[in-house]
Amino acid sequence: MTGEERAGAPTRTTPLAADAPVVLRAENVVRRLEGEVPVTLVDGVTLDIRRGEFVAIMGPSGSGKSSLLYLLGLLDVPSEGRVWLDGEDTSRYGEDELANRRLEKLGFVFQFHFLLAEFTVLDNVRLPMRRLGRRAPDEAEARARELLGHFGVAEQAHKRPSQLSGGQRQRVAIARALANDPLVVLADEPTGNLDSVSSANVRRILHDLTHEFGKTVVAVTHDGAFAAAADRRIGIVDGRIDESWRP
Amino acid sequence: MAIQLDIAITHLTSRKRQTLVSLVGVVLGVAFFLAVSSLMRGSEKDFIERLVDNSPHITVSDEFRTAGRQPAALAWPDGAVRISNVKPQTETRGIRGWRQKLEYVEALPGVRAAPVLMGSAVLTFAGREEGVSLSGVVPAMMKEVSTIEDRFVEGSLDTLAANPNGIVIGQGLADKFDLDMGSTVSVVSATGVTRAMKVVGIFRTGNAAYDESQTFAALKRVQVLLDRPNRVNRLIVQLDDPHRARDVATEVERTIGYKSVSWIEATEDIQSVLQVRNVIMYSVVSAILVVASFGIYNTISTIVMEKTRDIAILKSMGFRAADVQRVFLYEGLIVGAIGSFAGLLAGMAIMKGLEQVALKPPGVNDVIHLPVWWGADQFVLATAFAVLSSLAAAWLPARKAGRVHPVDILRGAS
Repeated sequence: MTGEERAGAPTRTTPLAADAPVVLRAENVVRRLEGEVPVTLVDGVTLDIRRGEFVAIMGPSGSGKSSLLYLLGLLDVPSEGRVWLDGEDTSRYGEDELANRRLEKLGFVFQFHFLLAEFTVLDNVRLPMRRLGRRAPDEAEARARELLGHFGVAEQAHKRPSQLSGGQRQRVAIARALANDPLVVLADEPTGNLDSVSSANVRRILHDLTHEFGKTVVAVTHDGAFAAAADRRIGIVDGRIDESWRP
Repeated sequence: MAIQLDIAITHLTSRKRQTLVSLVGVVLGVAFFLAVSSLMRGSEKDFIERLVDNSPHITVSDEFRTAGRQPAALAWPDGAVRISNVKPQTETRGIRGWRQKLEYVEALPGVRAAPVLMGSAVLTFAGREEGVSLSGVVPAMMKEVSTIEDRFVEGSLDTLAANPNGIVIGQGLADKFDLDMGSTVSVVSATGVTRAMKVVGIFRTGNAAYDESQTFAALKRVQVLLDRPNRVNRLIVQLDDPHRARDVATEVERTIGYKSVSWIEATEDIQSVLQVRNVIMYSVVSAILVVASFGIYNTISTIVMEKTRDIAILKSMGFRAADVQRVFLYEGLIVGAIGSFAGLLAGMAIMKGLEQVALKPPGVNDVIHLPVWWGADQFVLATAFAVLSSLAAAWLPARKAGRVHPVDILRGAS
């Protein structure tokens, strides 16, 4: 099945189990930038995200959506509060341990694919596996090819990212995010730089991750169609959760 | 291959021109380091070799390092003895019991020795006078401890042995007085004794002052001339291993009492000058490598600046700060290692070329080649310095890369 064939409005075919374990928890998280004029990016957010859930974080520009995603993704550390990942309180971890948790349990997809330009598509997908070092080189290559095949870009394996279309690059980025079989995939405006067909494709893929791969997906988006495909939508306004917010 | 090394190689190969410029810097630095070092060290070793070959390894003279103590001071070593207005006994200068002392020295392993009586004399010929240094030697023994035999232009030490009334002079003196083999000169000593002596040998060392002022004659003849019968005032000692000279001299002096000066002690000032020269030389050639390391710093800094976004992605993926640092340190190491290897080859080619350069300095008859030293330690030093300076050049940008905060970059990029 090619990526284009996957396009279309996704719907959840299996209900999310009510007792699914919480894999990501923000506990009164505050992120403040200190300076002459302190700026609060995230202001006391508390939320639970369960295994297999597809969550869309929405809100106006500058509301703190991406900042919250970076905190949930352990790329940033909260000024106050705690982030729990897979039952572990990450506030006690240093930079290296946070990096290890990102490597093992999290995968990232960004608005601009952010593939390494000098490496082939295959090498880009193998990169996290090589860093983790739990798979033999042959095994890592086989898994990278399998992921690329699953997302319809197997034939591009030996091309450079610059030789791919925007939609193809984003699918490669998703394959790379899944390389180490993470618990949670975090996406920051994954369709923000794509045309409507490619956006639908990526939307379908991320939706399917929750069903076919049992992954948890947390995505920041401005895309209404993308949010509609999510199990849950969280509105963020001025760094706080606003249940009443609608796009 | 480690993934950090893989990324480092990819960064360098994707910037071929910048990488090549950095490499050329290291190659030139290492090559010139070797060329200059081999020449300087070569000339130093050549100089030392000449020094060792042309002068006694140890000279035992009829002197003491400290003046003899008065009997009263010896009798009461801990007492408050004050002796004033002492008039020391006049003694005939020379090494007392020199034959026994010579036997002792010659009995030491790897040691050869010869007695010499040195003094001053005035040489007159055709109404002209010249003050010279006159050494009384035993020709057969002198051959064993001196290279003077190799410097004879005419005659030899054997002709001196065969002709007790003969004198050997330098080429400079022969030219000055227009003397030839068989010429007879008049030699007057400080004690007023005069002898007519026949020139039986002419030597040339290349040292103008030595060639104009040094003369040799048979020991017995000189003892008569200087009115010091059965005396010598020098024992010239030569060793199989010249580098043992300091230890042997210490041992000899402790045993026989007379001042024994090794060539190492005698040339300490020259050697300290050579050491200073080496420090200056290594500072200058190291500066070339330091300049080359700026090229590496520039290249890696540029890569870090260009690759800030990639660094953020790697860190978001789970690369630690140390992993990122290692990528850029590897880049410095690769440039340093490859540059050093190519620099060693280029340096050896330059050294080979320098060895072929022939010079004929004024006053020297033979063509001489530049003294190039091929010692291993300069190759190790050049490589180590090049690799370390490359690593040091990579360290700052690597540290900067390790400190990249992914959120700052991702926020800016989006």
